[in-house]
Amino acid sequence: MFVYADHAATTEMSPVAIEKMTDALKTVWGNPSSLHTVGQEAKVVLEKAREEIAAVLGAEPREITFTSGGSESDNQAILSAVALGAAKGKKHIVSTKFEHHAVLHTLQKLEKQGYEVTYLDVHQNGIVAAEDVAAAIRPDTALVTVMFANNEIGTIQPVREIGAVCRQAGVLFHTDAVQAVGHLPINVRDDNIDLLSLSAHKFHGPKGIGVLYARRGVRLSSLIEGGAQERGKRAGTENIPAIVGMAAALTEAAENMEANTAKVTAMREKLIRGLRGIPYAHLNGDRTRRVPGTVNFCFEGIEGESLLLLLDAKGISASSGSACTSGSLDPSHVLLALGLPHEVAHGSLRLSIDETNTDAEVDYMIRSVEEVVSYLRRMSPVWEDLENGKRKHFFAEYESEEK
Amino acid sequence: MLYSEKVMDHFQNPRNVGKMDDADGIGEVGNAKCGDIMKMYIKVSNGVITDVKFNTFGCGSAIASSSMATEMIKGKPIDEALQLTNKAVAEALDGLPPHKMHCSVLAEEAVRAAVKDYYDKNGIAYNPEDFRENSCAHCHE
Repeated sequence: MFVYADHAATTEMSPVAIEKMTDALKTVWGNPSSLHTVGQEAKVVLEKAREEIAAVLGAEPREITFTSGGSESDNQAILSAVALGAAKGKKHIVSTKFEHHAVLHTLQKLEKQGYEVTYLDVHQNGIVAAEDVAAAIRPDTALVTVMFANNEIGTIQPVREIGAVCRQAGVLFHTDAVQAVGHLPINVRDDNIDLLSLSAHKFHGPKGIGVLYARRGVRLSSLIEGGAQERGKRAGTENIPAIVGMAAALTEAAENMEANTAKVTAMREKLIRGLRGIPYAHLNGDRTRRVPGTVNFCFEGIEGESLLLLLDAKGISASSGSACTSGSLDPSHVLLALGLPHEVAHGSLRLSIDETNTDAEVDYMIRSVEEVVSYLRRMSPVWEDLENGKRKHFFAEYESEEK
Repeated sequence: MLYSEKVMDHFQNPRNVGKMDDADGIGEVGNAKCGDIMKMYIKVSNGVITDVKFNTFGCGSAIASSSMATEMIKGKPIDEALQLTNKAVAEALDGLPPHKMHCSVLAEEAVRAAVKDYYDKNGIAYNPEDFRENSCAHCHE
């Protein structure tokens, strides 16, 4: 059986999006900056896609800037807010310990340039408290940046509350919503969001295209200088086919969100119940406040990369936060932020499903993970020590369902 | 692909995997914090390693390196087994990715640790300088 369970990494393109995109490749090849008819026809298509995307987010079309994806949007959002703050002498940023590296690395670079960053705790359940944000804001705070949903463990942050706190304090609020858009209902007005990043390939759109939403009045700084495209905030001839594909995929995701959420949540619950049947397994992140499809577990006594490779041999595509899969020596900063020790964080597994998965696939995944975990434990000296009491277990043998 | 076919073969079908109840020497190296621990068991008769087993907690290349190392020392005189280098293990696996070379270092050290344990248990003299562990240095920088 082949099971793709890495939708948080990327998704297969929607057939509707492929059709619209290939159609645009063939027929909409004009440069929207050209004044002639071919160019202006392309401009019409571009602006229609912008309107579609704005409508889904509850934004105005002029608040939508097309970028190359989530990373670029995160970079531009942060650097823009920082530039606006610097003009008023504000050099402090509030964020969290478990942001995506597109945010964290940008913040680390700013720290070297003399900015100060407060990284908020995400607690054991992987959720930032809005009160913590309120307490961290200072008179010199230029920006609060907190992700909408975490990419590794799937926990949803109280974005609306955090946004309200920021509004009251008069501080800009950015959210990296790459894992949320297309999967959770988002309205930038109701959710008090000033800046939002999204990436098309996380909701069955094409890769290499994304959006930076910036509320009217929030002046963006450009990262790429050149032409006057995107109101002068992002130079470079627009990738119209990709933009059309993104708009189609987002519209489709929004239309089907309710049905997809019901289906995916039911499968996720079954997956969680099944994997909890494995002894000394632990669900990472809040039990219920999570995106429909993302499940992240730690299994004591084993290492994540070998787990991944053996699951791959069984036809299952998954992901892990182990050091060996990241190419670094430390396990995932997200799992460490939850307070897990290194040796436990090495044994993590992320399964991210969506509406294209089936119940039978969920059963197969549970069975396969059980088999592989017990196989690896049989050859693990760490598991041997856990069994004979030389090492202490970190988790309970079985987690209670209500937790 | 991240790994060579040989690495995948030794990872998916590890040789000499398991524990040994009557081992003459047991070596354990690595650190759970770093994500890999290797435990190697040897049986020695007349200065020859007649049997060897391993248990490993770690990534694909750590398991493959242990498996390959056991094959390379099984049936060999101890003196010869001590000549085993991490490079030889990596080469026998048709190479390892640069950030996985420490797995082969761990395999070399697991062999040496098992031999050292055998020496200790049998009162055989050796130069401690020959049995230093370095593989975990990277974790504690």
